[in-house]
Amino acid sequence: MKRFLLPLGIFLALAVFLGLGLKHDPREVPSPLIGKPAPAFNLPTLGDAQRSLRKEDMLGKVWMLNVWASWCGACREEHPVLVEFARRNVVPIYGLNYKDERPDGLAWLRAGGNPYVESLFDHDGRIGIDFGVYGVPETFVIDQQGVIRYKQIGPITPEVLRDKIEPLLRQLHG
Amino acid sequence: MIPELGQIALVLALAVSLLLSAVPMWGAYKADAALMGLARPLARVLFVLIGAAFIALMASFIRNDFSVLYVASNSNSALPLPYRIAGVWGGHEGSLLLWVMMLAFWMLCVAQFSQHLPQAVLARILAVMGMISMGFLLFMLVTSNPFERLLPMALDGRDLNPLLQDPGMVAHPPMLYMGYVGFSVAFAFSIAALLGGQLDANWARWTRPWTIAAWVCLTIGIMLGSVWAYYELGWGGWWFWDPVENASFMPWLAGTALIHSLAVTEKRGSFKNWTVLLAITAFSLSLLGTFLVRSGVLSSVHAFASDPKRGLFILAFLVLVIGASLTLYAWRAPTVGLGQRFGLLSKESLLLANNVLLIVATGSVLLGTLYPLFLDAMGLGKISVGPPYFDTVFVPLMTPLVFLMGVGPLARWKQAELPELAVRLRWALVVSVVATLATQWLAGKITLGTSVGLWMAFWIVASVCVDLWDKIKPASNIVNGLRKLPTAMIGMMVAHLGVAAFAFGVSMVRTYETERDVKMNINDSTEVGGYVFTLRDVREVQGPNFVAARAEMAITQGGDKPVTTLYPEKRVYRVQSNPMTEAAIDAGVTRDLYVSMGEQLDSGAWIVRIYHKPFVDWIWGGCLIMAIGGMLAASDRRYRARKTADATTPQAMKGAAA
Repeated sequence: MKRFLLPLGIFLALAVFLGLGLKHDPREVPSPLIGKPAPAFNLPTLGDAQRSLRKEDMLGKVWMLNVWASWCGACREEHPVLVEFARRNVVPIYGLNYKDERPDGLAWLRAGGNPYVESLFDHDGRIGIDFGVYGVPETFVIDQQGVIRYKQIGPITPEVLRDKIEPLLRQLHG
Repeated sequence: MIPELGQIALVLALAVSLLLSAVPMWGAYKADAALMGLARPLARVLFVLIGAAFIALMASFIRNDFSVLYVASNSNSALPLPYRIAGVWGGHEGSLLLWVMMLAFWMLCVAQFSQHLPQAVLARILAVMGMISMGFLLFMLVTSNPFERLLPMALDGRDLNPLLQDPGMVAHPPMLYMGYVGFSVAFAFSIAALLGGQLDANWARWTRPWTIAAWVCLTIGIMLGSVWAYYELGWGGWWFWDPVENASFMPWLAGTALIHSLAVTEKRGSFKNWTVLLAITAFSLSLLGTFLVRSGVLSSVHAFASDPKRGLFILAFLVLVIGASLTLYAWRAPTVGLGQRFGLLSKESLLLANNVLLIVATGSVLLGTLYPLFLDAMGLGKISVGPPYFDTVFVPLMTPLVFLMGVGPLARWKQAELPELAVRLRWALVVSVVATLATQWLAGKITLGTSVGLWMAFWIVASVCVDLWDKIKPASNIVNGLRKLPTAMIGMMVAHLGVAAFAFGVSMVRTYETERDVKMNINDSTEVGGYVFTLRDVREVQGPNFVAARAEMAITQGGDKPVTTLYPEKRVYRVQSNPMTEAAIDAGVTRDLYVSMGEQLDSGAWIVRIYHKPFVDWIWGGCLIMAIGGMLAASDRRYRARKTADATTPQAMKGAAA
């Protein structure tokens, strides 16, 4: 009798793994940068080409870096969520306008609202590469010491904010 | 209106499937002929209803009804008609409808062609299939309704994924699903036999033609998918060990094992438990494949949209169906007798070894496919398992399997003698080794890997010749001898020769193919595999729903002798605006010439990928020969003359059927 139960046992073990597998997204690739200092940057802002921001300017506060572009379709989906989130003043959001044209980027912010304290202008995408960006939008949470604590691939949704980003921010703010 | 009719048909189908799962089963339990008699009419009604829903969806596609969400997501008014029809199964919801459609078709076939079965057996079989269709209909109606309306209606559709806009899309999914779902028949036969306690040679004989028919469809379906990947993806490969490919390959391997194991059960009454388990396994792997493809737990080039609710539903269904049938198996199998004993070396033991190898192969594909998921689930990181793993595992498994393929058909049932087998096969061995070396010497390179592959091919051919010769030798002349052979036996030999053709094609193309990526300006030439390729022109052409850069590639050989002119394209589809390569291929028995366009450089030159692939068509030819062998085997008179065979075996239920 026992040996005839073996197939059932094997199958049930398999089913448990399949169930666990449903919770994981196979397309989610962990970033090697999590827990590491954010790459250095010194970029002009989108609004004013004469002004520039460096990584050092950001030290001492928790901030969020959102990679966006006017040519990116998924950013349209994400944008209203960010605008709403920025209105609540939980954390300063900085943008990284990635491989975009200055007028296009500015027009996009005029049309959809500007959730960003500042947007960095990464015309040739070099800083994006340093941050390991391979799809827009992506979002990073960076702490007081300039260490990357979280990375979101794909659009930010209210669920991601509620379940992942806000708890992390509360923890970082102590 | 039409979508609503389809919707109503689906709801009615769910109700009918509920009746079909319950009433005949109850009738079989109570030995009530009237209730059991409802099985066949209910199966027919179910087919009509699901067919109506299918036609309703197809009509919505043909009429460009973009008020249906599924049509708006998978079609476009500029899409040519054949692809609007194929668009029915271009997405998740429609694929499920196709799945159920195929199940209803198999059910109809069982209802039509199994009138000779004892009524209780037929009632249980159709009831089991009714349960499966109920699960899928429920799944569709709850999570994936193809008839959902889109209000306000879309002005135009988002178009069918350009990768799917290909003649392959018209034929490959229906054929593949036909095979996938076809194993449900063998599954239902097994469950019915376990329930009724009638696991005997009759059961095996009834199951065999259905199993072979499903296997034939699956073989052709996988072949079509492979051909499609070969010319459509533009990489020149024919098999990528992608999770979705593996999902169709696993039931194929298990089904192949099942066909061989059924032979033993039918002829000798042995392996009964094992055969039943294989029948359950083959269909479980089909269901598992559906789960893997539809739930999105694995990433794949066949990137389907995934929704966790859907995954959970199929998983629950999977656990219910497979769990229940394996529980039934654990409960009933111990009471099934062992059948006749056999010697350590006999046809039985060789077929058992064949089964073990095929199941180990299935297991290793399963392991390779699910390994990333296991690690991820245990939090051990993300990895992907690629072709190197599968190649490493498959060659050591297939080599002994092919060796047995040569020995098995010659061995006697019950007890075979090693010296006798060795004497009969010694020439086959010598000829195959000589042919292997000679072929490589002629092709100009001898390697170990190629030797193994080619030897497999020649060994099969040589041993089939020995087998055939032994069998027709007693007859007065060759024609008479051939005529006396049972069709099923010819089918087996043909199918085995198909494996030989396949192995030959794979070995040749792997070793002797040439691939070149070149930068070409207009009128540049390059030489690949003894052919000179000259890029004559690249011009823009308009398709029905795309624009393309079409190249004109003239091919010559031996000086200036023209061979052919190929027109590969780089297309951009208007709606989804993704670029597609449309490779151009000059196919031939001994080689394919394959040209695929890459990117255009800033300088105006094009990156062009050119392949010379010797004997690549033998891979698919081999699959086709295997399928033909299967068709021959399934058409054996023995399965159709079952009425007389039944008359000789006492059947208690026979009286109730009359």
